[in-house]
Amino acid sequence: MAAGRYHMNDVVRMSPPLQPEAIRRLSVGQGILLSGSIITARDAAHRYLVEAGPHEAPPVDLAGAIIYHCGPVIAGTGDQRRVVSAGPTTSMRMEMYEQRLIEKYRIGAIIGKGGMGPATERALVAVGTVYLAAPSGAGALLARRIKRVVSVWKLEEFGSPEALWQLEVEDFPAVVAIDAKGGSLYREVAEKSRQALSRLLAPAEK
Amino acid sequence: MDLIQAIVDLLGKAATDLPTDIEAALVGALEAESEPMPTSILESFIENIRIARRERRAICQDTGVPIFFVTAAHNTSYEGLMDVLREGVRRATLEVPLRPNAVDVLTGANTGEGVGSGIPVVYFSQWQEDYSIFDLLLKGGGSENVGATYQLPRADLAAQRDTDGIRRVVLDAVNNAQGLGCPPYVIGVGVAGTKDDACLLAKRQLLRKLDDKQPQAGLAALEERIHREINSLSIGPAGLSGSTTALSVKIGLHARHPATFFVDVAFGCWAHRRWRMRFGRGKVSYE
Repeated sequence: MAAGRYHMNDVVRMSPPLQPEAIRRLSVGQGILLSGSIITARDAAHRYLVEAGPHEAPPVDLAGAIIYHCGPVIAGTGDQRRVVSAGPTTSMRMEMYEQRLIEKYRIGAIIGKGGMGPATERALVAVGTVYLAAPSGAGALLARRIKRVVSVWKLEEFGSPEALWQLEVEDFPAVVAIDAKGGSLYREVAEKSRQALSRLLAPAEK
Repeated sequence: MDLIQAIVDLLGKAATDLPTDIEAALVGALEAESEPMPTSILESFIENIRIARRERRAICQDTGVPIFFVTAAHNTSYEGLMDVLREGVRRATLEVPLRPNAVDVLTGANTGEGVGSGIPVVYFSQWQEDYSIFDLLLKGGGSENVGATYQLPRADLAAQRDTDGIRRVVLDAVNNAQGLGCPPYVIGVGVAGTKDDACLLAKRQLLRKLDDKQPQAGLAALEERIHREINSLSIGPAGLSGSTTALSVKIGLHARHPATFFVDVAFGCWAHRRWRMRFGRGKVSYE
């Protein structure tokens, strides 16, 4: 369980649509369990959502929605589809779209791995959105928290990994990694790493 | 036994079952960890490995690009083997299932069947024996994206053309990677006189078992030192801090040209899916 610095009884349970007031109370390190609907979106889906005109709006309201950076492994077809493995993909690839996505649709939360850049961080603060880290590479564990495939959009056009999969989850574990108050675990880690690196590289040896 | 079926089984095993040395190293990292955040992340990794193995689910949804390093029996036809490997990947994509990961660059369309131009990647060699060895890596996109090639010298890193220069650029690559490629990493380093050879040599280091010791004492000491120093960066599991950032560092050296000194750093994610299959003499075995 990626419940973070907290014990299980400190974990916050959340379901979409998420409200900005509730999001703004969260701080980095907080363990979260999500239930309800989440929507996968990777590079192609981000570009589509950001560029979509008023007549190409996605079929569900994304205000307060949870966007998951993930390209799942799906078995079966049609109503028989099930999610075999579904961990987070590297969020940084979506950095060039994420700020516009969050601001355009008033997204509630982003789930991913590896963290995001300054433009996204600004959007989180402006809109009241949170970035959640799910345990990277834990595709099998996380897929068991996905109860069913609700719907899929752009499957033919984008292919399975890049399609927008609407999934119903139960107790999906994540941790607040970048909050809506300007806090970022990744910034703390990167700063510590950079300082350690400059010590290791300091005196040219010999 | 049918070779195509053996290849499907090898791909399925690689996607769903982590090698024991990698799992043991993650358990060791968990035992060595004292902070709650990396402890809970490592626990979720280990639980994930066990769920994947028990339920035959892909460990990670990115089932990667299959990279085959083949040492073929003396009577193997190259063309025939390529057909077998492509058919094996096609079938495994449906049957395991794997995620279809081959995308046409011009059209942007996913081929949908896991194979495409140049996918799977195959490095073919042949020997005089009457059996074949298939070393397979399922290489995910996240760890591949953080790989880096350096040309020494690099003044900004004070990296000269010596072993300390190698150390400096490897540390720089890991610091740049942070948590983007799913640490704790398995690090492969290749040093050579041409860029392509350095890249391939680095990739080949990812095939080595974690306890595989360098015969050259000086090189083994360099690997250990870089490993220790990477861990002191405290990037940690999933890049959210912690005492283990790399599970191992393996270095391969080739001779270089007097004017060139290429260092390539290849990253394997913590879910380092590598298996070896021996096929021939009526037997199939995995290690």
